[in-house]
Amino acid sequence: MNAANYLYVSALLFTIGAIGVVVRRNAIVVFMCVELMLNAANLSFVTFARINGNLEGQVVAFFTMVVAACEVVVGLAIIVTIYRSRRSASVDDASLLKR
Amino acid sequence: MSAFTTPILNYSLLLPILIVLGGALIGVMLEAFASRKIRPIAQLSITFGTLILALVQVWRIRHQSSLTAAMGSVAIDGASILAQGSVLLIAILGVALIADQEHFTALAASLPGSSEERESIQSGEQLTEIYPLTLFAVAGMLLFPASNDLITLFVALEMLSLPLYLMAGLSRRRRLLSQESALKYFLLGAFSSAFFLFGAAYLYGYSGSVSFAGIREAVIGGSGNDVFLLMGIAFLSIGLLFKVGAVPFHAWTPDVYQGAPTPVTAFMAAATKVAAFGAMLRIFYTALANAYWDWRPVMTTIAIITMLFGSFVAIAQRDVKRMLAYSSIAHAGFLLIGVIALNKAGLDASIFYLLAYGVTTIGAFGVVTLVRDSTGEVTDLKRWAGLGKRSPFAATLFAAFLLAFAGIPMTSGFIGKFSIFSAAYESGNHAIVIVGVLSSAIAAYFYIRVIVVMFFNDPVEDGTTVVIPSILTRFAVTTAFAVTIFLGVFPAPVLNFITSTALLLR
Repeated sequence: MNAANYLYVSALLFTIGAIGVVVRRNAIVVFMCVELMLNAANLSFVTFARINGNLEGQVVAFFTMVVAACEVVVGLAIIVTIYRSRRSASVDDASLLKR
Repeated sequence: MSAFTTPILNYSLLLPILIVLGGALIGVMLEAFASRKIRPIAQLSITFGTLILALVQVWRIRHQSSLTAAMGSVAIDGASILAQGSVLLIAILGVALIADQEHFTALAASLPGSSEERESIQSGEQLTEIYPLTLFAVAGMLLFPASNDLITLFVALEMLSLPLYLMAGLSRRRRLLSQESALKYFLLGAFSSAFFLFGAAYLYGYSGSVSFAGIREAVIGGSGNDVFLLMGIAFLSIGLLFKVGAVPFHAWTPDVYQGAPTPVTAFMAAATKVAAFGAMLRIFYTALANAYWDWRPVMTTIAIITMLFGSFVAIAQRDVKRMLAYSSIAHAGFLLIGVIALNKAGLDASIFYLLAYGVTTIGAFGVVTLVRDSTGEVTDLKRWAGLGKRSPFAATLFAAFLLAFAGIPMTSGFIGKFSIFSAAYESGNHAIVIVGVLSSAIAAYFYIRVIVVMFFNDPVEDGTTVVIPSILTRFAVTTAFAVTIFLGVFPAPVLNFITSTALLLR
């Protein structure tokens, strides 16, 4: 199968994630969309590893998974704190700084 | 199957990073096992000790530069030594500000306004987790400008960002604002690092290698698919420009600067800029240097918009921290001039500018932490009126820092701006020099307006006072002042050292 198709899928996933970050209002969903974008980048890395015929891209994918896991830890901590103090995880409610 | 060869790591070159990481791990252990009473002093001394040790080690390896460590993943060359030294220096001053626990919530997990929160403050608890978090961020900042392949670059980027997201949300007063800034910083930061990673994937697809040397060869060879290269540069740049707060990607800067506890703002504003521009210089001067025809026009446009936008919007600000945030956006634009110059003079000038700007930023925010009323810091510019009469010392220092930001002669800012503009002029980019000088003039207007407010307006009687600084805060602010003036009056030794040391391994 043509490897380029995987690149199209990854670009599509990335776009869906990016649109999700912009239009969704719940911080958790926004965050999930970011994770989707990271995984789209991972798919690109693995596809390029296949196209280029070396393993470096696959190694990057592993690193990305670990980093994404760390990001989840920090991100959920922040989102949960916000939720506890204002009973909402909507990114529209968090607008004190705009005034 | 090829045999597995043991990687050669060159520990002595990695030692500054490893020392800082080790200190951070000891800090985590202390959090778990040490009693609450000894924690603040133990954490503080470990943090200072680690940073000073790391700085000594950076100084010791300065002549062994132009080597790669960890099998080519980390480049310890002149530029990264200088960037690491600057980060450590700024971190030491930043930690001196962070040590004033008055700014941090005693218990980050407690609800704002709850009895739990009141009890934790009354019992005199301190938020000592901030020290290991700072050290982890510093380790990322040391690694970021030295990264020599895309994997290390991405890991270092996250390593410096993740602790900062948390630190932004730890303010004692106005906690909702602080938590909100942490959320914004985190979501936008994660968004931009996804772009960064996607760009890295395409650069890898273009060159078939994750190392900067491999990318450089592919760019020179020019046999790859140019669409991949362009996408790679574009997406990677978005991630980097976000970190430095350049204009289309600056939206987080004012909110996070305002919401975060002021010592954290100082540390973040100064050290992140050094690390991010260090990495940017390396990528654009080595890996992508020969593709300059592709990125230079766009970067020039971004630099011009960033300088003008930052300077103009800062005029309208009524809040000191927000004003400094917009001024940092304008400075990101000035620093981009150094990246675009793409010559040795540009590299030297950028490194000098980063050091000068970072130290001045620490000092300026350090003064902001001192102006308070009964409810905490006062950042409303109107209430700073007459500060010069009430506290000549703090107001004079703040005026000196503002003049350095504006680039008035006899301060470090002037030498920085002058050398960065002359590097751009040398590279033949005259238009950007004109815009740079013009926006410096616009920026000077609002810096001087603050000085006028402080010294020539009558004081308002609303309980705004300048508190007596703790020894460490005084140390940070006066050191920043001394460095700012020293670099402005006798820049030659530092400039010569930078010129003779700074080089990028290709």
